[in-house]
Amino acid sequence: MSLLTQPVGVAHYLVVGAVLFVCGVICMAIKRNGLGVLMGIELVLNGANLNFVAFASPFLRADGANAIRLDGHVIALFVIVLAAAEAAVALAIALNYYNNFVTIDVDRGDELKG
Amino acid sequence: MSPNSILPLLLGLAWLLPLASFALLVLVGPRLGKHGRLSAHVATTAIGAGFVLSLVALVVWLAQPAQPAAQHEAHVVHAPTSANHTTDAHHAPAAPARPAISGDWYTLARFGALELTIGYYIDALTVTMFCMVTLIATCIHVYSSGYMHEELHDVTDPLVQVQGKPLVRAGRYARFFQYLSLFCFSMLGLVVAGNIAMVFVFWELVGICSYFLIGFYRERQSASNAANKAFIVNRVGDFGMIVGLMVIWTTLGTFSFADVKDAEGHVVRPGIFSQVRPAEGGHALIVPDGMVKAAAQDEVAKIVRATPGHLRAVAAVEAEVPRWREMGYGYGLLMLAGLGIFCGCIGKSAQFPLHVWLPDAMEGPTPVSALIHAATMVAAGVYLVGRFYPAFAPEVLLVIAYVGCVTLFIAATIAITATDIKRVLAYSTVSQLGYMMLALGVGGWVAGLFHLLTHAFFKALLFLCSGSVIHACHTNEMPQMGGLWRKMPWTAWTMLAGCLAIAGAGVPLLIGLSGYHSKDAMIAQMLSFAEHNPLHGWLFYAATAGAGVTAFYMFRLWFLTFAGQPRDKHVYEHAHESPLSMYGPLVVLAVLAVIAGKIGLTAMLEQARPAGISEGIAAGRELPSLVIPAEHLSHDNSIHVPATLAAFGVALVGFLLATAFYWTRRLDPEDARRQFAPIYGFLWHKWWFDELYQWLFVRPTLWLADFAAAIDRQGIDWLADNTARAAKAVSTFDDWIDRLLVDGLVNSTARWTYGLGLRLRAMQTGSLRQYVMYIVVGTVGLFVLIVYWNLAIAGM
Repeated sequence: MSLLTQPVGVAHYLVVGAVLFVCGVICMAIKRNGLGVLMGIELVLNGANLNFVAFASPFLRADGANAIRLDGHVIALFVIVLAAAEAAVALAIALNYYNNFVTIDVDRGDELKG
Repeated sequence: MSPNSILPLLLGLAWLLPLASFALLVLVGPRLGKHGRLSAHVATTAIGAGFVLSLVALVVWLAQPAQPAAQHEAHVVHAPTSANHTTDAHHAPAAPARPAISGDWYTLARFGALELTIGYYIDALTVTMFCMVTLIATCIHVYSSGYMHEELHDVTDPLVQVQGKPLVRAGRYARFFQYLSLFCFSMLGLVVAGNIAMVFVFWELVGICSYFLIGFYRERQSASNAANKAFIVNRVGDFGMIVGLMVIWTTLGTFSFADVKDAEGHVVRPGIFSQVRPAEGGHALIVPDGMVKAAAQDEVAKIVRATPGHLRAVAAVEAEVPRWREMGYGYGLLMLAGLGIFCGCIGKSAQFPLHVWLPDAMEGPTPVSALIHAATMVAAGVYLVGRFYPAFAPEVLLVIAYVGCVTLFIAATIAITATDIKRVLAYSTVSQLGYMMLALGVGGWVAGLFHLLTHAFFKALLFLCSGSVIHACHTNEMPQMGGLWRKMPWTAWTMLAGCLAIAGAGVPLLIGLSGYHSKDAMIAQMLSFAEHNPLHGWLFYAATAGAGVTAFYMFRLWFLTFAGQPRDKHVYEHAHESPLSMYGPLVVLAVLAVIAGKIGLTAMLEQARPAGISEGIAAGRELPSLVIPAEHLSHDNSIHVPATLAAFGVALVGFLLATAFYWTRRLDPEDARRQFAPIYGFLWHKWWFDELYQWLFVRPTLWLADFAAAIDRQGIDWLADNTARAAKAVSTFDDWIDRLLVDGLVNSTARWTYGLGLRLRAMQTGSLRQYVMYIVVGTVGLFVLIVYWNLAIAGM
């Protein structure tokens, strides 16, 4: 039984979220550009957000449709806010990084290696 | 203010001023003026002020109203010139006219009944001694400021060779005056002391000052040896003194001379004097209850065992005390206490057999010899005999007399052959101290102490003159001097005055120099004693012969030094008169040496005569035939005239002999020396005393020390070494365990942690992307693990 033949449900969202997550991780792992790494982080966060929203959606749930449960939504909103804050800090780091190294290549920042 | 309160204040101040000067000089002495020049002024001012205060005290003393008994005093004092004195004799007062003022300034400590206090006992003797000591000390301070001027800059001491060159050292001017001040403080403390324990403390303090000052030129081996000798020989005497103190403390329960009274005048604790000579018994010598009980302790124990109840037992014992006293219990203790105290006096006053230290003490600077080793400190022994006189049993007095007699004769004979000018004077001092002891021992209390005072003046004068000569000639040897009177008239004539005084010159039976009067009084008392005790008559003959020898060696000294032709041209040409600061004191002392016999010293001393001895001293228990006659008996013409004539005649013979030998050269000293070679050799070697003591005491002590050292090295060192070796072996083993086990554990843990860190370090590449991969792989790995874990649990 294939997902493609099923009506859209939580599993489909989870697949999309997993793909986003893996894309983000790969992006973080292979980008040498610091901003690219930041983008990868955003993708990872949003992959996770998608899972929260999918699990929290009343339309996708099989138990009572008459109950409004906002936990997942609220956490997703928190994650968005957190991501914004994190982006602000990260961009400041990136600017300072640039000031010091005249590049934002993350591989050049290895001065603290053991 | 009454004399009772003002006298302690005056004398206490006079006593403490030198201490203040000492403290100041210790702290800032060398910085006072250039090279400490002002330290002399500080010390002289302190002692000079002390003299002024003592004079004021003397005036206060004389101005105080005499008590009724004093009307008899006048007769006794002027007895020598009064014809009817024998009728007055039995009116002589039993108690002194002006009783001593005593009390405590400060209580140092109290152990049960034992009280150690800083107290005072002021009578006419104390006041007189204060005046004498401070006056002589002031003269000698002034003299020293001139004599010690070499110490103002670096001193080159030709007597000490360091690597073939004379020693050059920094001057010690301030230090000299610092010691002089300390000495004055100690001496005055000794004189004013109100109890025998305090006397002992200051006794030791003057001893240590003497030690410091004999060893003033401490780089010289001879000076350092002499200082040690003086100190050690004095220890021997002090040992006896401590025995005496112990007897006094254990049996009498007090150290205080006088009664301790409370504010209303009630006797709280009777002092030594009133226990030994209680007023109710007419001040006659008795064995105090304490001594009786201590000696009869077996009987006491018997009674205590037999009698139930503490109070009844005490009463029973008290009732038995008079009977025990009759049986003679405690008399031995009384004699032991007296002999013990006298032992200390033997050491301090350089009496036979401890006289050997004083001549060697002349290694010190001459002012020190004059002040300490002639005029004051060595007289402290005589002073203490005088002060402690009431407590001496007649047998003890006889011992004192014999010791004094032997000393005076030995020392006088040694002085004949000595050529060192200061040694002649030193032996003369020993001899004169022997005279004083002899006089005190035969009952001449006033005579002995009178001679102490006059002797202080003329002996200080003689020593200062010899210092002036040495200052001019840079040698002590009289054979190198001669004819110096032309070069140094002041010194020569003042010294002649001193020689005349010590020889006892005067117009017989009329008037004379100070020494004439005091020696006269002593010889008369000795004759009086000899007439009462024919057995001990030779004490008188020896003392009279000693007077002749004294005149002989003193004029030998003067003629050899000042008269005749110069024997050493070099010395003679360099000789010069000393500066005013030196011969000024000489003149003052010379005047005193001439007049001191007639300035009322005897009247003053008569006031201090201890109660109960003015009528002689009753026979003791051990020697019932011994009679110590009353001193006023010796003023009788039947005694006084022959004694005076004998002493004067013998002294004249001595003087004429000295003139014949050393001035007119009618007799040849060389000839006499050859004819009497064995005697000369015997005297030249000072009766072989030093050699005798060397063999008797020093060598055995050194042998014992060598033996002890050998035991130390062979036995105790061996034990200590092996113990140490064993301890070292054990600790080596411990060390090994520590290193291997304890350290090994700690170190291997550290090494392992370090290795792990090194290995993990490789992971910290610094590459951000790699870290991300670690996180991802780690997370995935964890998931896989958890899944397999759950599967494994479910599978079970």
